[in-house]
Amino acid sequence: MTEALFWIFSGLAIASAFGVVLNLRNTVYSAISLVVTMLALACLFVTLHAEFIGLIQVMVYAGAIVVLFLFVIMLLNLTGDPMGAEGQPVLKGIGTLVAAAATVKLAAILWAMQKPWSEVAPSFGGTREIGAAMYTDYLLAVEIAGVLLLGGIVGAIVMAKRSLD
Amino acid sequence: MVDVAHYQVVAGILFMIGVIGVLTRRNMIVMFMCIELMLNAANLSLVASSRLWGNVDGQIFVFMVMVVAATEVAVGLAIIISLIRNRDTVSIQDTSLLKW
Repeated sequence: MTEALFWIFSGLAIASAFGVVLNLRNTVYSAISLVVTMLALACLFVTLHAEFIGLIQVMVYAGAIVVLFLFVIMLLNLTGDPMGAEGQPVLKGIGTLVAAAATVKLAAILWAMQKPWSEVAPSFGGTREIGAAMYTDYLLAVEIAGVLLLGGIVGAIVMAKRSLD
Repeated sequence: MVDVAHYQVVAGILFMIGVIGVLTRRNMIVMFMCIELMLNAANLSLVASSRLWGNVDGQIFVFMVMVVAATEVAVGLAIIISLIRNRDTVSIQDTSLLKW
């Protein structure tokens, strides 16, 4: 069962990731492909006993980040020419070839990592376990993340303001 | 039997698709989406490793990566908005003032 889900959702994630990169016509389509990738990855997280992370993936990535992308694309009305010409085919070909060769090498290295899964409790990756670890061992990291988010909010407002007085 | 290597290879492929996007596309918003794709591939690798060792720490790292990604998107899209206001383009080719 998990096996079938792995093949379905990893195929979907890779196909829609190609959709993000290869779609040259409309940025909105890239954003929609990105949503599909995020949702497929959330399903992969759930097959890995990471239910909480899968939930957060749907909420934060599919729900907030991609909506922010779509909001900016539609706010700026970019569905036409101002995207600029996609020139320089030779350089792009070289870049794609180098990246494809690196993919083969990377996949070969990662493929060597064959190990059996360890046994985990049914509660592994649930909200209770993640929350307990987060508010004991990783409390400082959570605090720093909060400060970082505050800085991000202030930075975004300052950058997007029309004038800085 | 699907084991950790399958998940790691999928993560590697997703990461390299993101790299190809950043290398070949000239639309700044699409490049930004490809950066998100790479972060997500790293997240998949971390979650698979966390499941492999039966240790929840990897999932907390993923949570922190998501916090950083959310902040990065907010600030980056604000930069793109102000760039379009000032120069009326999202093409990385036309945004070369700092290049010499």
